[in-house]
Amino acid sequence: MAISGKEREAFEKKLEAYVGLDIGVEDHSRNPINAAMIRQWCEAMGDENPIYLDSEVASGSAHGGIVAPPAMLQAWILGGVAMAAGEDDPADKQRELHRLFDAHGFTGVVATNTEQEYLRYLQPGDTVRARTVIESISEQKATGLGIGYFINTRSVFKDQNDDEVGSLTFRVLKFEGAEVPAEASGDSGEGSPAGPPQRIKPALAHDNAWWWDVIETGELPIQRCAECGVLRHPPRPMCGECQSTDWDFIRSTGEGEVVSFVVIHYPEVPGYTYPLVVAVVELSEGERFVGNVVDVDPGDVSIGMAVQASIELVDDELKLPVFRPVSV
Amino acid sequence: MGETRRFAEVGVGDALPALPIELTTSLIVAGAVASQDYTPVHHDKKAAQAAGMQDVFMNILTTNGLVSRFVTDWAGPDARVTHLSVKLGTPNLPGDTMTLTGSVREKDDAAEAVVVDVTVKNAWGNHVTGSVKVILAAGD
Repeated sequence: MAISGKEREAFEKKLEAYVGLDIGVEDHSRNPINAAMIRQWCEAMGDENPIYLDSEVASGSAHGGIVAPPAMLQAWILGGVAMAAGEDDPADKQRELHRLFDAHGFTGVVATNTEQEYLRYLQPGDTVRARTVIESISEQKATGLGIGYFINTRSVFKDQNDDEVGSLTFRVLKFEGAEVPAEASGDSGEGSPAGPPQRIKPALAHDNAWWWDVIETGELPIQRCAECGVLRHPPRPMCGECQSTDWDFIRSTGEGEVVSFVVIHYPEVPGYTYPLVVAVVELSEGERFVGNVVDVDPGDVSIGMAVQASIELVDDELKLPVFRPVSV
Repeated sequence: MGETRRFAEVGVGDALPALPIELTTSLIVAGAVASQDYTPVHHDKKAAQAAGMQDVFMNILTTNGLVSRFVTDWAGPDARVTHLSVKLGTPNLPGDTMTLTGSVREKDDAAEAVVVDVTVKNAWGNHVTGSVKVILAAGD
């Protein structure tokens, strides 16, 4: 539970003291801007822009000579291998602020936004240093990850002439009930995906598990009343026409036509491809069925369109009937 | 690397060529090392798992580097990036593919710059969404 009442008031009072504070630690480039680090960066990024490595082309470009990739700005001042040890500088007010959050149960941390401004591109031989200010701390917010506070910091980068070359703003959420420990001061708040995204699995029970068993064999079954012969879908225990609980099933040919459809653009659920066409298909045997129409431009789907079902794996485990337009 | 794109020849709504990038452990680690970011979750699988992730995941600087490259691949060598802003979403993990797409949202005539909206998707959704402002070469 989030802290409340007087305790929260006292905590937020303490937070206020950090707003506007310089964190007290100046980061500086340990080496001047140099070709070796630029090359390593460009190779990692697959960036073949010649202004970073080819002095001839760079000289003839609008940049007038070799420059460093702008997104490297922060790379020049990061700590390198020492960061792996994770030791805090005791003078660092930002770390102190994070520890204050930790002590009040807001142990989770996740970066949510970054924004960079580049006033000029750095050139070999330049040096940079950065000072960071805690710009703001939000009110308490209820977020998808839990209750927490957003912290905005802004780092201003200056060169050897004390001229500003760029800035970096960073927004992190400190939140309660973290499943992701602080070391993951990481890059996304979406938890821990294990393997590729999977579809939501059907709830299997006595009345419908048989249907999924037949799907597993690659056929599309339609339940049929053994008494009056009326088809029904989805599977259920009793015939709506004659109330008989005796049933069998037929194997559909999978031929049908689109009776109605929607195209889903948002929200995007992992495991599906968007835009996603969800259609009501009337099978040639007469029963209607809801499924996806795939391998088609959503703009080309129309009511009355002839489609053919095929039973396919839609993720690592789940087989489903999907529909494709029948080419004429 | 494409040719230099001129401000006059670019229109609002122009789409950039999509850039799919296969996510490998090598790319994630190379990006972390090149950006001097040795936070263990970006190179050490055990540390990443201890932090609740299934594997090492891409650091923000690499994402920014790739977003910036995506725009300058299109804009050409004379272009100069002035702003890069992203909202972070789903993590980039090995085995997945990130696909960068973008289109020109606005033209700033005074600065001869354009703002490109960028969306980076992976299997889990939006890795990042954001924008890049880039000064283009003047028209010849």
